[in-house]
Amino acid sequence: MAEALTTHGNANAAEHADYLDYPKGLMSWLTTVDHKRIGLMYLWSVLFFFFVGGMFALLIRIELLTPKQTIMTAEMYNRVFTLHGTIMVFLVIIPAIPAALGNFALPLLIGAKDVAFPRLNLTSLYVYWVGSLMAVITLVLGGVDTGWTFYTPYSTTTGGPVTLIVLAAFVLGFSSIFTGVNFIATIHKLRAPGMGWFELPLFAWGMYSTALIQILATPVVGITLLLLVMERVLGVGIFDAQLGGDPVLFQHFFWFYSHPAVYIMILPAMAVISEVIPTFCKKTIFGYKAIAFSSVAIALLGFLVWAHHMFVAGMSLFAGAIFSFLTFFIAIPSAIKVFNWIATMWRGSISLRAPMQYAISFLLIFTIGGLTGLFLAALSTDVHLHDTYFVVSHFHYVMAGSNLIALLAGLHYWWPKMFGRMYNETLASIGCVLVFVGFNATFLPQFVLGSRGMPRRYYNYLPEFQSLHVASTIGSWILAAGLFLILAYLLASLRKPKTAVANPWGGRTLEWEAMSPPTMHNFDGQPVLKHGPYDYRANPAPVGVEEAAH
Amino acid sequence: MNWFQNWMLPKAAATHAGDVDGLYMFIVYLTIFFFFFNGALIFYAARKWRRRSDKEVTPHITHDTRLELIWSIIPLIVVMLIFFWGFKGYVKAWVAPNDSIEIVVTGKKWVWQFEYPDGTRTLNDLHVPLNKPVKLVMNSEDVIHSFYVPGFRLKRDVIPGRYTELWFTATEPGVQQVFCAEYCGKGHSDMLARIFVDTPEQYEVFLREGDEQVRKMPLKDLGKMVYENKGCATCHSLDGTKGQGPSWKGIWGNLHKGTDGKDYPVDANYIRQSILMPQAMVVQGFEPIMPTFQGLLREREILGVVEYIKSLQ
Repeated sequence: MAEALTTHGNANAAEHADYLDYPKGLMSWLTTVDHKRIGLMYLWSVLFFFFVGGMFALLIRIELLTPKQTIMTAEMYNRVFTLHGTIMVFLVIIPAIPAALGNFALPLLIGAKDVAFPRLNLTSLYVYWVGSLMAVITLVLGGVDTGWTFYTPYSTTTGGPVTLIVLAAFVLGFSSIFTGVNFIATIHKLRAPGMGWFELPLFAWGMYSTALIQILATPVVGITLLLLVMERVLGVGIFDAQLGGDPVLFQHFFWFYSHPAVYIMILPAMAVISEVIPTFCKKTIFGYKAIAFSSVAIALLGFLVWAHHMFVAGMSLFAGAIFSFLTFFIAIPSAIKVFNWIATMWRGSISLRAPMQYAISFLLIFTIGGLTGLFLAALSTDVHLHDTYFVVSHFHYVMAGSNLIALLAGLHYWWPKMFGRMYNETLASIGCVLVFVGFNATFLPQFVLGSRGMPRRYYNYLPEFQSLHVASTIGSWILAAGLFLILAYLLASLRKPKTAVANPWGGRTLEWEAMSPPTMHNFDGQPVLKHGPYDYRANPAPVGVEEAAH
Repeated sequence: MNWFQNWMLPKAAATHAGDVDGLYMFIVYLTIFFFFFNGALIFYAARKWRRRSDKEVTPHITHDTRLELIWSIIPLIVVMLIFFWGFKGYVKAWVAPNDSIEIVVTGKKWVWQFEYPDGTRTLNDLHVPLNKPVKLVMNSEDVIHSFYVPGFRLKRDVIPGRYTELWFTATEPGVQQVFCAEYCGKGHSDMLARIFVDTPEQYEVFLREGDEQVRKMPLKDLGKMVYENKGCATCHSLDGTKGQGPSWKGIWGNLHKGTDGKDYPVDANYIRQSILMPQAMVVQGFEPIMPTFQGLLREREILGVVEYIKSLQ
């Protein structure tokens, strides 16, 4: 089919060269407005910072091998966990799937040439780089010890370049908003002819829901961070009780963004899984509308639950009850999605190739991540578990485990489309198992640590907790080994010739009708949708690309 | 399965902890059940419908409203049950009984200070009686801390500029570990305290003679602590400056001239009388404004003050 496409239309070399090869040169990349190139640059940046944040994570785990000092001082430890959190949240998890995979795949999935605002897209990347640079400079300036949550009044009174890292998060927010605006406009305006809202691939529904949160919630954290800077630099009393402010107000403002931000992290992960599962089951998705609407429901409900981070922060009994009650409703759309994915597998034709292995790994990890949320949504158990390792473990299952493994699923799924090459699938299976085992070995012990009373952000701890900490640290090494293996075989695949076919997995969404890798304008002409996104009734697939009549 | 619960949770040591543990274990079993339930479904499907040929055709099943309602409504019922169970436990731990012993807790980088109804203060060691409700009224002097007692399943943030409360009835004699659970800087992980759950007899001894630390303290140091903590320092200087009351510097063995014109040698009996019946003799040039400390100081603390004044030459 790829061949059929290349012979189509006039034989202009630039039109038909793949996007990786033409135009050439560093400047052509730095000034590109091609969504695929921007997506790749986001991908390499995110992977770089994932490596940096991961190194900090390994340092944390090594320090916690013994109850007292192991390799660093308490001041150093506080800086390391702050940077780990800040880098992973703002530089890695938030942009990982939307800005890297989303930028690459979304226009292809809906049959568009590019996103709606290509220059804004490039701006978003530059803003991301500026924000990242600011965050990295704080490292050189000695680091920050506030934790990624910047709770006042600690953050307004401690030393170090707090203002700079807070401004970095502020700047990064804009990059996120730009991506969100772009995706919403793209999904509204650039869908292929014949693609109504309910023919949209579910990835697009996930991106749309994510974008809603990005543009509605991010300004709030932007303002909050600016208020923090005003208090720190100008001494305006907003959060500091000594200046007449209210420290708990900061937590309300902060979580009003940062809780929805959790869904900026998980909705794209779910979006990837909703693509991978039907393709590898060769079967239409079960409950399309339920999955699409549950994404939107999670996005909207996500705005109403922020204070469940504050059940022990001196809120009223009434407020606590309301926020606990609303939080439980998030469980319903999450459960619906999981059961729909499993139902899609039912009576399918299941191929357990690498992306599907990661998708199954996601289902299992997300099940644990989701269910352990119930402990923290319930008031009386949250009082015991709040700010312990239980919480650390829970949000790693959701934010790190689910998001990271979905990112890996998506990367393995679209890798042949991105680079035109296949990776070694045997190594991919080994990598998947190592990540699954390593992740659980790292974080399952932390649930027990937390329920036994080990608080988070502790440099020294009581000797009774040591054995579980050691288990967790060993798990982190297995996880790291798995991730390095994945990095190695993915990079190795780039040295191979571009032999991947247009549709290696037999997918039915439009991106598989473009070449691997696609040309600069993705499709040769305007694709027209001939069947629903996951319609496997006609076999083999009808060609869905043809010149639009105009 | 008791070992399982004992492995995951510290021993419950307060009245409402059992209820928290019940809910905790319920969700643990729920999580384990659904993990294996989902896992079994996935592996069953992956085995039974594993692709054997690329020609396979699958049924076109778009949805099933009945099935989708089932897996929406069952989780809804389960989570509502969990909500009410958690809410019930939270409410029980909310309002302290009227007869609670009220203890003031001050958190500051990186110590916990406790002040009892009789004015006794302790640092990082809290004594409470067994089976009696105790209410903690908490405040921070600097950043936000959080008072966490795993054995009681209780935690509450300690915030500058406002009071937060926590109450419990301890049901297990012995020692409970207290952690600071809100990150507060370099010493965060060392901001620990212990709660000594005393039998009524032990608590009686504590109130009469102070905690072990105070009982072992040399008299002079005890006197210094009383001077600093019980309000003496407000009026009596240590450097000879005249305050609301006479300075303590170098007065031991001297004569004080009273408003009645007589001279009084400053000795142990004079100091004791001045503390317990301050109006009996007022030094010339000062107003009779000192309150009595009858019942507020222990005998050993009075002796401590005497020793302390003796040392201020």
